[in-house]
Amino acid sequence: MAAALLEVDGVVKRFGGFTALNNVTIHVKQGERFGLIGPNGSGKTTLINCVSGSLRVDQGRIRFAGTDVTTLPPHRRTQLGIARSFQIPKPFRSMTVLENLGIPLEYAGHARGHDGAAEAADILREIGLEAKAHLRPAGLTQIEMRKLELARAMAARPKLLISDEAMAGLSSAEVDDILTILFRLNAQGITIIMIEHIMRAVMRFSERIVVLDAGERIAEGTPEEIVRNPAVEKAYLGE
Amino acid sequence: MFSWDLLANAVVAGLLLGGFYAAVSLGIGLVFGLLDIANIAQPAFLILGAYATYVMNESFGFDPILSGILFTPVFYLIGAAVYRIYYSSFERRGEESLRGLVFFFGILFILEVSLSLKFGVDYRLVQAGYIGKSIEFAGVGIAFRYLIPCVVGLAMTGALYLFLGRTFYGRAIMAVSQDQGALRLMGANPVHIKTIAFGVGIAAASLAGALLITISPVVPSTDRDYIGRMFAITVLGGMGSIGGTLVAAVLLGVTESLMSTFAGPSWSQAVSFGILLLVLAVRPAGLFGR
Amino acid sequence: MITRTEWALAAGLAVIAAGIGLAALRLNPYLYFAGYVILQYVVIATAWNILGGYAGYVNFGTPAFFAMGAYTAVFLIRWVKAPLPVLILAGGLVAALLGLGIGYLTLRLRGTFFSIATLALAVVLQTVMINWEYVGGSRGISVIRPSGPPFGNYVVFLFTVMTALAVLAVLVARFIERSWIGRGLAALRDNEEAAECMGVPTLKLKLFATTVSGFLLGVAGAPFPYYVTFVEPNSAFALDYAVNALAMPMIGGTTSWIGPVIGAVLLATAQQLATVTISSELNLLIVGVVLVLFVVVAPEGILGLVRRVRGR
Repeated sequence: MAAALLEVDGVVKRFGGFTALNNVTIHVKQGERFGLIGPNGSGKTTLINCVSGSLRVDQGRIRFAGTDVTTLPPHRRTQLGIARSFQIPKPFRSMTVLENLGIPLEYAGHARGHDGAAEAADILREIGLEAKAHLRPAGLTQIEMRKLELARAMAARPKLLISDEAMAGLSSAEVDDILTILFRLNAQGITIIMIEHIMRAVMRFSERIVVLDAGERIAEGTPEEIVRNPAVEKAYLGE
Repeated sequence: MFSWDLLANAVVAGLLLGGFYAAVSLGIGLVFGLLDIANIAQPAFLILGAYATYVMNESFGFDPILSGILFTPVFYLIGAAVYRIYYSSFERRGEESLRGLVFFFGILFILEVSLSLKFGVDYRLVQAGYIGKSIEFAGVGIAFRYLIPCVVGLAMTGALYLFLGRTFYGRAIMAVSQDQGALRLMGANPVHIKTIAFGVGIAAASLAGALLITISPVVPSTDRDYIGRMFAITVLGGMGSIGGTLVAAVLLGVTESLMSTFAGPSWSQAVSFGILLLVLAVRPAGLFGR
Repeated sequence: MITRTEWALAAGLAVIAAGIGLAALRLNPYLYFAGYVILQYVVIATAWNILGGYAGYVNFGTPAFFAMGAYTAVFLIRWVKAPLPVLILAGGLVAALLGLGIGYLTLRLRGTFFSIATLALAVVLQTVMINWEYVGGSRGISVIRPSGPPFGNYVVFLFTVMTALAVLAVLVARFIERSWIGRGLAALRDNEEAAECMGVPTLKLKLFATTVSGFLLGVAGAPFPYYVTFVEPNSAFALDYAVNALAMPMIGGTTSWIGPVIGAVLLATAQQLATVTISSELNLLIVGVVLVLFVVVAPEGILGLVRRVRGR
C-alpha cells in the first residue's frame, strides 16, 4: 500500500465573492498515475495553482511527502519535488530552449554548470526537442512549446509532476508521444498528475481519476468507474 | 500648542482638501484602479491642466473652473491619442510592464520640462472673484478658494460614479476591467472602450488642474507633489472603487491638514508616502478594493 | 589558459591605469570635470540596469539613492571629517539599506507598485533633506576639500576615483550577469510566475538586485560633495539623474553590462558638449524625447539594433 505523496485536505479558494474550490480533498499516492478531469471552469487549474503555490488557499492544508507546504512559496515546493507545466506555456523568452531547462536544473535540480548541460541535452533528446536546443521560444511551434513546458518541469527532477493540459490541440500521434514520455517518467518512479480534456489519453494513462465540477469533487475512481458514473456524465453534458 | 479652534480649523481644511484630492485622483482611479494602466504621467497632465487654466485666465480673463471645463474635450483627445500610442507600442505586444512604465515616465518628464522651458520656475496663479473671499460656518472660517474646488471635486466624483454605473460606455468600462474576453463576445471593442476611459481620465486631470491652481500657485515641478498623493489615495481607497477614492481622499486630506497644523507643512509628502507604503505592506487591496 | 573573468579583471585594471595616466598628464582641467560626470553616469546607468535590465523592475527614484550617498557623505564629513573611502562605503551602505527597505515593502506585489513607490520616494526624501539643517537644509551646505590631494588637484583625483568606481560597477554587473544569480534574474524578468515554479527564489533575488543597485547608486553619489563643494537638495536630487538613469541603459541596451556603458558614454558626452550651447533644460528635454522614441521604436536599444543587423 503506497504512502500518500500529496495530501490536499479541505482546500477552499475564493476570488472575491466567487468560490473556485469548495472543500476539495485529494490524496495522491506515491508512484501513482493520477488523472484530474472536469468541465471548463471546474477549478482544476486553480487546484494545481494551490498545490504548486502560485495561489494561497483560504482554508485547508496541503502536505507533500509528509511536509506541510501550505504556506511555503512556490520555489520551496519545487525544491521539495513538485513540478508543473503551464496550460498556457510560459517560456523564458530571452533564453534558448537549452537555457530554459538550465533554470530548473540549477535552481531545483541542483545541477550547475557542466552536469546541467548534459542532463538538459538528455531531456531534450527524450522529448524530441534536441534539434531546437539553441532556438529561442519565439522560433518554436505551439506543439514544441508544450513539449518545452514538459521538459522544463522534468528538468526540476521532480517527485511529483503535474501536467496541465499538455496535450490540448495536439494530433493523435503527438498525444501518443507525450503519453509515452509520461509513462516512462512514471516507470522511473515519478508520481504524475494529469489534467486533460482528451479523454482517451486520461483513460489510458490514469490508474485513478478524480472529477471536479464547479469547485467540488463529484467523483473518484478507476477510469472504468468514472466512465459509468452518472454524476460525471451530467457534469459534462448538463441535465 | 493645541486648541480646539486650531483642531476644528485643521479638520475642516482637511475635509475641503479631501474633496479636491478626490478630483485629483479620479483620473488615476479610473485608468490605474479600474484598467490597470500605470499612467504615472497623470500628475503631469494635472499640471498641464493647471497651466492651461493659467493661460486662459491670464490672457482672456476666463474663470478658472470654466476654463477647466472648456479644456476637457481637448484633454480627452490628448488622452485618447496617448493611449493609442501606448496600446500599439506596448499593450498589444504584451510588453506593458517595463516599457509602458518608462513610456509614461518619459511623458511625465517631457511635459514637466516643456512647461519649465515655456513658463520658467516662477509661481503662477489665477485671479477670480471668489478667491480671497471666505465665509464663516460654526466658528470656522472657510475660504472659497478651498470650498469651490471641494464642491467641484465632489461633483466630479458623483458624475464619474453615475457615468460608470448608468451609461453604456461607463458600464462597458467596468466590464473591461473585469473581463475583456466577455466584452469582445458582446460585440464591443475593448481597445475602443479603454481609449474612452483613458481620455476621460486625462480630461478629469484638466479640470482637476484648474482646481489646483485655484487653490494655490503652481510651478512645473508641482506635479511631483501629487504623485504620492494620487497613488496613495487610489491604493488606500481600493483599486477600482470610486467611492473608496473619495473616502481615501478625505482621509488623506484630513491627515495632511492635521500634520501640517501641528507638525509643520513640510510633512505632507511624508504623509502620502507613508500611507502608500503602509497600505501596500499591510493590505494592498485597500479599504474597498476588489 | 586565462579565463574570461581574468581577462575582464585585467581590462578593468588597465582602464584604471589609463585613468591614472590621464590624470598625471595634467591636461585641460575641464576634461577632468567632464570626465568625472561621464564616469559617474557609467556607475549610475550600470547600477540602474542591474535591477531594471536584469530583473525587469524599474526604479524611477534614482535621485533618492544618489542623494542618499551624497548626503551620507556630507553628514560624515561634517561630523567626523571621514576620509573618502569611508564616505564611499557608507554612502553605498545607506543607499543599499534604502533599496532593501523599499524592496521589502513593495517587491512582493507587482513591479508597478515598486516603480510607483520609487517615484514617490525621491520626492519624500528631498523633503526630508530640505528640513534637515545639519546637512544644510534648503539653503545647502559648503564642503571643503581635503588638502594635499594626489595629482595636486582634487577634481583630478576624483576623476581617478570615479574611474575605479566605474570599473568596479561594471565588473560587479558583469559578474552578476554571468552567474547563476543573473540567470535567475533573467528568468524572473521573462516570466516571474514560471521562474518561481521552476525553483527560483524570486523575492530573494529581487531584494538582492535592489540592494546591490542601491549600493552602487549610493557609491556614485558619495564623492559628489567634494566634487561640487556646495551641496543643496535641488542639485543632489536633480531630475537629470532620474531621466539619465533610465535613458542610458534603455538606449544602450538593457540585457548586458555593455549597454549601460555605451548609453552612459554616448549620452553623458553629448550632454557635456551640449550644455555649452543649449540650456540644461532643453538638454534634458531632448534626452526625454530620445528616451520615449527609443522605448517606442527601438526598445532593445543600440545593442538590440546591432544584434538585428548582425542577423542574430
